[in-house]
Amino acid sequence: MFTTYTECMAYTVEVEGLRKSFGGKRVLDGIDLRVARGSVAALLGPNGAGKTTTVKILATLLRPDAGRVHVAGWDVRADPAAVRRAISLTGQHATVDEVLTGRENLVMTGRLRHLTKAAARERATALLERFDLVAAADRRVSTYSGGMARRLDIALGLVDEPEVLFLDEPTTGLDPRSRRDVRDSVAELAASGVTVLLTTQYLEEADRLADRVAVLAGGRIAAEGTADELKSLIGGETVQLVLPDAASVEAALTVAGQRGYAARADAETPSVHVPTDGTATGVRELLEAMAGVPVVRVAVHRPTLDDVFLSLTEAAPGTVPA
Amino acid sequence: MTSDTAPSSRPSGLPSTSYSAAPGPLVDVGTFLGRSLRHSARSIDAMIVAVVLPVLILLVFVYVFGGAMTTGADGADYLTYVVPGVIVLCAAHGAAQTAVGVNRDMTTGMVDRVRSLPVLGSAVLVGHVLASVARNLVSTAVVVGVALLMGFRPVASPPDWLVVAALLALLMAGVSALSAAFGLLVASPEAAGALSFVLLFLPYVSSGFVPPETMPAALRGFAGHQPVTPLIDAVRGLLLGTPVGASPLLAVAWWGGLGLLGVLACGALFRRRAGA
Repeated sequence: MFTTYTECMAYTVEVEGLRKSFGGKRVLDGIDLRVARGSVAALLGPNGAGKTTTVKILATLLRPDAGRVHVAGWDVRADPAAVRRAISLTGQHATVDEVLTGRENLVMTGRLRHLTKAAARERATALLERFDLVAAADRRVSTYSGGMARRLDIALGLVDEPEVLFLDEPTTGLDPRSRRDVRDSVAELAASGVTVLLTTQYLEEADRLADRVAVLAGGRIAAEGTADELKSLIGGETVQLVLPDAASVEAALTVAGQRGYAARADAETPSVHVPTDGTATGVRELLEAMAGVPVVRVAVHRPTLDDVFLSLTEAAPGTVPA
Repeated sequence: MTSDTAPSSRPSGLPSTSYSAAPGPLVDVGTFLGRSLRHSARSIDAMIVAVVLPVLILLVFVYVFGGAMTTGADGADYLTYVVPGVIVLCAAHGAAQTAVGVNRDMTTGMVDRVRSLPVLGSAVLVGHVLASVARNLVSTAVVVGVALLMGFRPVASPPDWLVVAALLALLMAGVSALSAAFGLLVASPEAAGALSFVLLFLPYVSSGFVPPETMPAALRGFAGHQPVTPLIDAVRGLLLGTPVGASPLLAVAWWGGLGLLGVLACGALFRRRAGA
């Protein structure tokens, strides 16, 4: 069903030098971003990094101050109507109509996408099944759990089978079970070939869902790559070796240095932090290397978003704070 | 609507037969009207409040204050005098609730979602306004019914009734449009709710409850020339078969103008949300 025009594009989202300020405060300071057709991209960043602003510009809700922004081949400034036909946006808070039932929400969205009544009803039934909402289909959304409302929210975005789906923090504020359900839905979407750009504060989520991850910091893309590439950038997982005294810290650092580990001493407690690849083999090798050091206890820290930011902004690879 | 028929404008995987041939803006407005009507039908409590308040006011004015009221030389009893005022008060007060619904759509992200759809964004506002007119015609009819039970005896012919309904619908549309603009302007649904209180008091300083000639000079000037007065005079004249003079035309001019102002304000405020 793709037209010749869209078929020849490799990237569904293309952003170059995007800038946006609010009242003199620069929020986006030259974003470059490309999302390949049919892939899942994650925009990773803390609150206030500009993730939502970026998504709103891509979805034509905000106008960019400068830069080239193309979505599905259309310029968001010149052809916002064409962009809107190609996209769907699921905002940060579930924007479902709580007074209506799940089915009514879906049919209404279908009608707003100018489907016939029959086609809108058919799509509603199919999506209710796909998102496991059949039992709750004719209940008001105000009786839904957070996870159900979110799933409905995502389903609303798929009524017209858009080319690009923007999901702004799809799992924020959900309990672990609902978060898993939503993640499953996104993974399924990706498998069906739709291009997805999602924003998240969680590295783990970006890792699990996205083909490529862009880290947004200080209004710029601080790093971009596959989750593995980003992880290697910040040293995978950090093993903390808790030691009895300062002398053994020295010994551990010496051994680590000989074996090529970028270890560093903890600032507060007698312990050292050693970045590893996080595999069982990697950790075993490290512990075997430390056989001569009196290690009291071992702790493994997964890298957090903080680690990514600290390592990206301090630009000191290997010295990853735990 | 410029590129609706271009092949590349339908990037979805659905067959083209799934799409409606009806003009997009009409479908959009119809869809939002349906939504707003469902909202009204499902908030029966709000409807009851919208009807009970004017009925209580009617009861208080007729049975509490009514005995002390003398309304002009023609000797008409106070019930007959006050009913048109209460009807207009009911219409204005109810229509002002539009601000709350519009503001809620604004603050919950519904408008953002709508604006990311390929629809006429302002259709959501038109839906609110039309649903408000429909809702208030119903609640106003209930108030008229109560007045009839209390002994209100209008002499209006069926065409007169139609003109009354049209004037009230115009008032409701005008107040609803202004109210929608207010809903776009303020920050919270609570603030948006305050508008209905202003519109509850405007009819008091009109010819609705007492003849303006009985008021102090300054108030009389206001009451004689504010937009609610010609509407009440027209409704009263038509219902009671007394001369209406220029009041229907004045009412249409006032509320057509104010409604247009509301529509323009809505348009400007709605566009402002698009962010510069």
